[in-house]
Amino acid sequence: MIRIDSVTKRYPDGTVAVDRLSLEVPDRAITVLVGPSGCGKTTTLRMINRMVEPTEGGILLDGTDIRQQPVNTLRRSMGYVIQNAGLFQHRTILDNIATVPRLLGTPKKQARARAAELMERVGLDAALARRYPYQLSGGQQQRVGVARALAADPPVLLMDEPFSAVDPVVRKGLQDELLRIQDELGKTIVFVTHDIDEAIKLGTMVAVLRTGGRLAQFAPPAELLSAPADAFVEDFLGADRGIRRLSFFPSAELELETEPIVAADADAETIAARSAAPYLLVTDADGRPLGWSEPDRLTAGAVDTGQLLDHGRPFVPGTDSLRTALDGAVLSPTGRAVAVDGEGRAVGVVSQQVIGDAIRAAHSRAAGAADAAGAADAEAVR
Amino acid sequence: MNVLNFAHAFFSDSAHWHGYDGIPTRLTEHITYSLEALLYAALIGLPIGLVTGHYGRGGNALALLATAGRALPSFGLLVLMFIWIGFGLLPVMIPLVVLAVPPILVTTYEAIRSVDPSPVDAARGMGMPEARVLFQVEVPVALPLILSGLRTAAIQIVSTATIAAYVSLGGLGRYIIDGLYQKNYEKVVGGATLVAALALVTLLVFWALSRITVSPGVRRGG
Ligand SMILES: Nc1ncnc2c1ncn2[C@@H]1O[C@H](COP(=O)(O)OP(=O)(O)OP(=O)(O)O)[C@@H](O)[C@H]1O
Ligand SMILES: [Mg+2]
Repeated sequence: MIRIDSVTKRYPDGTVAVDRLSLEVPDRAITVLVGPSGCGKTTTLRMINRMVEPTEGGILLDGTDIRQQPVNTLRRSMGYVIQNAGLFQHRTILDNIATVPRLLGTPKKQARARAAELMERVGLDAALARRYPYQLSGGQQQRVGVARALAADPPVLLMDEPFSAVDPVVRKGLQDELLRIQDELGKTIVFVTHDIDEAIKLGTMVAVLRTGGRLAQFAPPAELLSAPADAFVEDFLGADRGIRRLSFFPSAELELETEPIVAADADAETIAARSAAPYLLVTDADGRPLGWSEPDRLTAGAVDTGQLLDHGRPFVPGTDSLRTALDGAVLSPTGRAVAVDGEGRAVGVVSQQVIGDAIRAAHSRAAGAADAAGAADAEAVR
Repeated sequence: MNVLNFAHAFFSDSAHWHGYDGIPTRLTEHITYSLEALLYAALIGLPIGLVTGHYGRGGNALALLATAGRALPSFGLLVLMFIWIGFGLLPVMIPLVVLAVPPILVTTYEAIRSVDPSPVDAARGMGMPEARVLFQVEVPVALPLILSGLRTAAIQIVSTATIAAYVSLGGLGRYIIDGLYQKNYEKVVGGATLVAALALVTLLVFWALSRITVSPGVRRGG
């Protein structure tokens, strides 16, 4: 565990970049430092690998002061990823990635084999190995940066706005990739960003810093959204934190209706039997949703798919959150969201009404859990 | 008679191809003086340029020194050194080295200073020792500029090394000075042509050197 213990950084010109900051960075999880520009995120991160030395306070790694070991030994045990990747333009992609193993004395051949392995891990085509950085896109360069940081298999990874220089689509891909890699490798990651959405998506724990380098709140993202510590945090979270919080509620327990689903080739009898519902979801022969229709507009055996109302984006119960379900219902002209299984076959429909009930239930459950946790804490203190 | 005829006459005279005053001897002398001067200038200019560039300090002092060095007239310095030291190679080497150090020093300093700071930061953050940061991260990227500084210095040395003849040494300057003294214009033109050709060869050598030593990643396939 990395423990930042009441650390202050005052630069020679008098700027206080970090002010008595204390944080406990949990092992094998992603801890995000987020906050407005100039609030001391980079400074904090760079104090962990001693690229910046604190003015006061200290940092402990697994209980020992990081100043106890030689600075380069410390740095080689921590992967470091920066904003524009910072690749060595005179080295091939493979040799860029092999840098730290080579520093640690791994023979060239072995280091390159390891580098090739990492290219695959971060989703880079093996054909890129012999290229030079200028021949790669920004997103690919950033992947190389991540691979280079992982090459010596360090327990800790420090990342300073690694994805902020690429476009939103590429950024989402890189974020998903990081989460997938983290699932496989379980590193202790400290991740700096100024993007609160990125923080909420990636963070197991999120530290919100305010200007002047003071900690505003340190909490899991769901708690940040449900209980911001003060007006600054609330403001920083942005306008729709209520909606965003739904990302943390599962959709598994939504009660799905199966009645209003009919196959496109259904006979008149079947359609008549289900005409109590205001809208019916029509599916193809495999059970995949085609669209909505009012029951009396359906002709048995011969559905004109051009006449159907768009069914919007379906959600997968259990995988997707209540946010996705609600989004589907809001976007649907019928006010109903379509639930599908992993193969995209319709398994039910759910109305905004039912989703609303589920949201209220989830809120009260979360509040109950928080109270219980609070009570347990109080117990522990006693 | 025009210049081409002079040159033709000079190079077709077989007497100019043998003996202690023959072209091979004079050319070898000239190249030896030039290489020696370039070596000393590089031994002074490169380390100072690399270290000051790496730590980013001393830029103003360097610029001042370089301007002073450039302002010194080589010929004047030669005469001064000759009066002071007397005959020998040393009074020739000093003005040549003084001439060549500023371009090497200043270009090397600038070359290292202008390296993108983010790979350097990444290298340090990965735990690369300072010397390796300089030689494995900064120098390979700064190499085209560093070589261009050396090239400028080399060409200035090659054309200025003719002054060695003034203090009774050899080199291609012999033809020019003796030719002028003897009113033998064939010799003057022949000597001048050889100096120009040697400068061109120097350019070629540096072009080849940069093809070999600069990484394609820095050259960008160009
Ligand atoms: N080397 C330095 N010397 C003096 N002041 C500095 C130095 N580095 C950073 N600062 C100042 O310290 C404060 C915090 O800087 P820091 O780079 O840690 O911010 P940040 O949160 O990473 O900002 P950003 O989101 O813009 O990257 C800023 O006011 C900055 O101007
Ligand atoms: Mg920063």
